[in-house]
Amino acid sequence: MTAIMAGTRAEMLRLRRWPALWVMLGVWLLLNIIFDYVFTYLAYRNGGGFASEGVSRERLLAGLMPDAVPEAVVQGMPMFGGAIMLTLGALAAGSGYGWGTWKTAFSQGPGRLTVTAGTLAALACVVVGLVVVTFAVDLGFASTLATVEGQSIAWPAAGDVAGAFGGGLLILGMWTVAGVAIGTLARSPALAIGLGAVWVLVVENLLRGAGTLLDWLQPLTDVTPGTVAGSVAAALGATPVSDEGGTPGVVTNLSGGSSIALALAYLAVFAVLTGVLVRRRDVN
Amino acid sequence: MTTLTDTAAPPEVAAAVSTQLLTKRYGEHVAVDAVSLTVRRGEVYGFLGPNGAGKTTTLRMILGLIRATSGAATVLGQRPGAPAANSRIGALIEGPGFYPYLSGRDNLRVLARYRGLADDNVEWALAQVDLTDRAGDRFRSYSLGMKQRLGVAAALLGEPELLILDEPTNGLDPAGVSDMRRLIADLAAAGHTVLLSSHLLSEVQEVCDRVGVISRGRLITEATVTELRGGNRLLVRADPLDAALAVCMRVVGDNAVSVVDGTLRLLVDPGLAAEVTRALVSAEVDVHEIRPSERSLEEVFFEMTATEEDQR
Repeated sequence: MTAIMAGTRAEMLRLRRWPALWVMLGVWLLLNIIFDYVFTYLAYRNGGGFASEGVSRERLLAGLMPDAVPEAVVQGMPMFGGAIMLTLGALAAGSGYGWGTWKTAFSQGPGRLTVTAGTLAALACVVVGLVVVTFAVDLGFASTLATVEGQSIAWPAAGDVAGAFGGGLLILGMWTVAGVAIGTLARSPALAIGLGAVWVLVVENLLRGAGTLLDWLQPLTDVTPGTVAGSVAAALGATPVSDEGGTPGVVTNLSGGSSIALALAYLAVFAVLTGVLVRRRDVN
Repeated sequence: MTTLTDTAAPPEVAAAVSTQLLTKRYGEHVAVDAVSLTVRRGEVYGFLGPNGAGKTTTLRMILGLIRATSGAATVLGQRPGAPAANSRIGALIEGPGFYPYLSGRDNLRVLARYRGLADDNVEWALAQVDLTDRAGDRFRSYSLGMKQRLGVAAALLGEPELLILDEPTNGLDPAGVSDMRRLIADLAAAGHTVLLSSHLLSEVQEVCDRVGVISRGRLITEATVTELRGGNRLLVRADPLDAALAVCMRVVGDNAVSVVDGTLRLLVDPGLAAEVTRALVSAEVDVHEIRPSERSLEEVFFEMTATEEDQR
């Protein structure tokens, strides 16, 4: 346990000084603000015509208020948040092979699995921090908009906040560990990011589209990581893409319980796959 | 493989590193072929061979970075890669691997944290390789020599029992090479075991106690530097030659004397020079020159690797 803590401290040091980490987190926050607040507010100010997809002004305004923050936080996570965190995980694991830093780390004393556990623990801290900051930023924007629009500020229920916080951790954590697994498998950040981004942003959507046409494909598309993440978000109140004004990536293929169980299973499988690859393969 | 050294000390007791028939294959290519070597505790062991001979692959197996196809190895009494062994080893393998965006100091701090060491160790290691002044600069801005010195500093963290240094003077300027040799000598004097891989014969000759020579994946000899260079020889130029030959054969034995290009070569401890000189003078032989005869390690190396080529 002490060795894992030491590894986590080491990984935290190198992650927090890594410009790529801050760029990825900044991109996520920027997308979150633009899509959740800026565009929606512009649509509201323009009378519901601009990019509102037929959603009424009242509903647009309700989505911008502080009590809607839990849904706002999780709705972008299945697709854009997932792609960003998968990229981060792939970079964190894959870059070390190019730089030769895994070779250096694996020669320091802690076992390979201990080092890997430290990496995953440090990335888990990053995910927790990101979800907290996303909540804080969204609450800040929502409160400001409520004040500007002369609305009374109603804070979200504690249960909704807790649910969205846990769901956010699960969705982003699953995609981050998926990125680590792909980065380890590819032993290269470029290939891992390419494969991961294509899967999250293209293949999953194509598969879901094909699944609606081919009955035999539906059971498979219902359990892909993207569908699982989208179903978790929908279960937490995010508007599914099939509804008016819904968010891409948010789907209702699975129930809340099933999607959470499958997301946990994916997280465990990706972590175990990473551990097996790290332990068994030669490090050149 | 020829073994010139005595093997009186049981390797399992005295060895810091011991390999038995260690082999690594990549498909049909045999990178390391049944290498059995022993690095004794407290010595500086030179692992000598041309580029591509299998030095780095052997070191990687010793560190547990890659798995041997067959054979076995013991490192500080543990299997290769065992945390109990690696925590007592400092290694620089085939160029340093560091985070380019971190400073030299922060890179070492990351490694110190893995080892559970305080930051004081980082400053000490930086001072050992004379890198303190540039320790705050990003690694990506370092010259090749500075990167190499940071790699050696990383290997020194925690003052490990065993240092495995793969071509540590790569990219260093002459002053840096000299500093590195002095550092290795100091480490050895302080009781550290050093396994030094190099293709630079002069480097090995200067700092190593014993040498293993590897060529095309096979260890072709393991001996002390003196033994390899043929240190047990005396070269005598004297006149008349016939009388000198008779005297020398009487003093050191018939089989230990040969004549090459008008010079006597005696296969004896150079410490016998005084006794031989006295005998020659007593026999009224004029002694023009008597000195120990040593081949350079370079000559030995090329001789051995050429012989190995011929045998294939």
